[in-house]
Amino acid sequence: MSTRTIAGTIFFSIVFAFFIFIALMMHPFGVLNESEMDDYIIDNTQEETGANNGVTSVVFDYRGFDTLGEATVLFTAVAGVIMLFRRLKND
Amino acid sequence: MTEMSKIVRTITNIAFPLSMIFGFYVIAHGHLTPGGGFQGGAVVASACAMVLVAFGSKWTIGKIKEKRLSVLESLGAIGFIGLALLGLVFGIAFFHNFLVGSDYLFGIIPATGSGLADINTAGVLPLMNFAVGIKVIAGLFVIVLVMAYAATSYKEDKK
Repeated sequence: MSTRTIAGTIFFSIVFAFFIFIALMMHPFGVLNESEMDDYIIDNTQEETGANNGVTSVVFDYRGFDTLGEATVLFTAVAGVIMLFRRLKND
Repeated sequence: MTEMSKIVRTITNIAFPLSMIFGFYVIAHGHLTPGGGFQGGAVVASACAMVLVAFGSKWTIGKIKEKRLSVLESLGAIGFIGLALLGLVFGIAFFHNFLVGSDYLFGIIPATGSGLADINTAGVLPLMNFAVGIKVIAGLFVIVLVMAYAATSYKEDKK
């Protein structure tokens, strides 16, 4: 075997073992991961934002900057598509 | 894209208003029921894309120009950022919900717990839903419209 094959085998074994280790260390599926922020939002979203839909109150109020970024992504995509597909006047 | 058969066009005529009503309902009730500006805007844009498929891109671009849709999308973006900046002016921070708890529009705070709520709640959330909804309608529809029209005119140029 050449040096490259041996090095490749060792590298592949290390990466494979790493992924197996990560899979064993993963958080078990279906078990709640408790956090204070979740409880705070669930308890206080109706009093603070007045919205019955907690998801909307998170998306537009608590994390408005995230929605601003999404809107910017959409705006950039539309600007790119219009720039790409416009008809040139000289044609 | 040329127009499709009369059956498809008739079914589109029936289904288009229903889809539009459903989409605007999802946008308007974004703070009460599942959905919101993005989802309702996608529904309305799908209805417009259905018209585009059924009637052809030339007919559709004769009805609405893509420049007007661009203006509509920019208006939605300006409205969204303007509402966020108004939170900085009247409230304490960028994106502060300054209307909730006040006596003005959308100021009522409902009773805590599950159940039906008044639509006149949630402060700036419905206004932001409308701004994002207009933005998504115009943005998604203008992408489909411009692509379809470019394909049609490319075919005509080759002939």
